[in-house]
Amino acid sequence: MNSETAGKSLAYEKPKLINDNKFHFCPGCNYGIIIRLIASVLEEMKLTDKTIGLVSAGCYVQTPWYMDVDFVAALHGRAPAVATGIRRVHPDAFMFCMQGDGDLGAIGMGHFMNAMMRGERWTTIFLNNACYGQTRGQMAPTTLLGMRTTTTQDGRDAEKTGYPLHVAELAATMKGVVYAARCCVNTPANYAKAKKMLKTAFQKQLDGPGMSILELLSACPSNWGLPPKEALAFLTENMIAEYPLGEYKNVEPKIDV
Amino acid sequence: MAKGEITINEEYCKGCELCVEFCPKGCIEMSTEKYNSRGLLMPVFAKPEECTGCTTCGFMCPDAAIVVYRFDKDKTPVSED
Repeated sequence: MNSETAGKSLAYEKPKLINDNKFHFCPGCNYGIIIRLIASVLEEMKLTDKTIGLVSAGCYVQTPWYMDVDFVAALHGRAPAVATGIRRVHPDAFMFCMQGDGDLGAIGMGHFMNAMMRGERWTTIFLNNACYGQTRGQMAPTTLLGMRTTTTQDGRDAEKTGYPLHVAELAATMKGVVYAARCCVNTPANYAKAKKMLKTAFQKQLDGPGMSILELLSACPSNWGLPPKEALAFLTENMIAEYPLGEYKNVEPKIDV
Repeated sequence: MAKGEITINEEYCKGCELCVEFCPKGCIEMSTEKYNSRGLLMPVFAKPEECTGCTTCGFMCPDAAIVVYRFDKDKTPVSED
């Protein structure tokens, strides 16, 4: 202990899994909070050595740059397909897929649905920010009705572009899914709930077969065109109204395969 | 009476003001004249005497810029959890 830290003890610093690279996210983006949340839960559950993470296309795709666990970057929407292969080779590995709304909800919907139907054993972390963040905020399947994006200049119209996609509710209807929940990190209280849900989702994977899915709502200040504080207020008022938080499915994993 | 203190890594910080928003005691304020090397306005630890070391600013910072310390003479031993 040097003279600077004498008389005081460390109460919080970033998890040890997160290295010293600077986050590239826009100011106020929730992804930085979420990546550290995942890292802290992995550390607390002592899963660091056997974890394989998967990312496909989205703003979170540089997570391997920041988090020191094994990662595979799949093609756009193909994280479930790559994860299926890895699961066949590494039956004992702990796996999580990070997927965004353009990735899981649009181009990779078929892969995701089939992985759920097969009841594959991994944890899907679905990051929902209601737009295509990486490509400058086009309309995503999860964009709210009336929300203005670069491809829906007058607000999303249900007659032209349909209705928002509810992934947690959809996953709860599938038999291959053992855990489906939605949370967000807009307040410290919701952060604590999200951490608890993420621990449950990870524990379900360790307990037995079946996919566990956690949907995380996230603010996207740059593409919503709002300052970080107002983006969080928008998330609290509008996104949570459309996507209610909570657990949608929580069942015991099937032991007979 | 201060129970804790924070340090802000200015090269990580992007000035998003979420720490100012979430500090329950209002200890952190945005500076009007302090910039980092990228030209962004920085938050400052303006009221150190109010800090309780609750770590909220630490985990709600999107860029991992804040490190929180608690003073050892603290009567409530909450750092053991």
